[in-house]
Amino acid sequence: MTGKDEAELSRLLRAAIAGDEKAYADFLHRTAALVRGFVRRKIVQGGVDPEDVVQETLLAIHVKRHTWREDAPVLPWVYAIARFKLIDAFRRRGRRIEVEIDEIAETFAEPEAETVSERDINRALDGLPPSQRSVVSAITVDGRSIGETAVKLGISETAVRVSLHRGLAAIAKRFGRQ
Amino acid sequence: MRTEDLIKALDADARSEAMPLGRAWWLAVGVAAVVAAAVFFTTIGPRPDIMLAMHTMRFLSKFVFTLALAASAFTLIGALSRPGAASRRAKLWMAAAPVLVVIAVMLELFVVPEADWGRRLVGSNSIICMTFIPLIGIGPLAIFLSVLRYGAPTRPVLAGAVAGLLAGGLAATFYAAHCTDDSPLFVATWYTIAITFLTALGALGGRFFVRW
Repeated sequence: MTGKDEAELSRLLRAAIAGDEKAYADFLHRTAALVRGFVRRKIVQGGVDPEDVVQETLLAIHVKRHTWREDAPVLPWVYAIARFKLIDAFRRRGRRIEVEIDEIAETFAEPEAETVSERDINRALDGLPPSQRSVVSAITVDGRSIGETAVKLGISETAVRVSLHRGLAAIAKRFGRQ
Repeated sequence: MRTEDLIKALDADARSEAMPLGRAWWLAVGVAAVVAAAVFFTTIGPRPDIMLAMHTMRFLSKFVFTLALAASAFTLIGALSRPGAASRRAKLWMAAAPVLVVIAVMLELFVVPEADWGRRLVGSNSIICMTFIPLIGIGPLAIFLSVLRYGAPTRPVLAGAVAGLLAGGLAATFYAAHCTDDSPLFVATWYTIAITFLTALGALGGRFFVRW
């Protein structure tokens, strides 16, 4: 399972970095499922919503994907980010926990489906400047494409891309600063 | 927002590009060296008898120490700024510079009469040393902390401290060209104090500035 995940995920991320958007979507879906399994097993008591940590991890993976070396394994990189974001989530809530640095446990991280509730990310989204917020929510909440968003907001596709990129970076930064 | 929706946004942003971290580090070290050189040459500059000094073992040994420190810190900080990267071997290499200094100190104690130890240790530049190594190193340290922020260190305080060691190694390399106190006894004492100051500053920077 893990060996196959590793080969498949690193192939997908390499393709994504080379510009293949389909491969990137695939990579993110599979990574989300793995991280969800990992985080749910680590959070045994309440206080932290696993899905919030999954979302923060995905954002961090996205804005920090230049820190992955294409010749290095991708799973240790993914799990190191997930663990960092998990510890961060507990620290933010004023809880001290020990997240075991246990490599073996990670091999049991099974893909899991998400549950729905109010999210930290919505609060972060609300904190964005209006131009970035309208673009990010058009693409996420309304599920529009870059082109549709440009038409709806009456701005160029380039402007949509810039606002989206800055908006995502700002949300990721907000999580880091808290 | 559902995770599914977030993924749509991340995917739509897939084409945005960022400089690979490895290249960013090399660029940073280049810029930092230029900044350090600018501060060095506009303030203290090399000692006047540098051509002569280059023929002495003690003078040259200073560069062996400082460059060993800079090189090992550069390797380690590269690993520490990437999540999940192996850093054990790079950490072991951090012992290289201290071990070289200890060996040099022992040789010095062996060849120099005991009556001279104190004079060589105290030297005549200790205040300049403790002033100018941090002064030359502070710009590079700021640059290295920025790259750490651009990277993703999962242990920001440790990574910040190593940024301080790297800045210290770089600054001490320049300062060594100015200083006329070449005894390993002087280097082991005053350079260490100056570099420790930068290391502590780097750790603080890692704690408060390197968030992601």
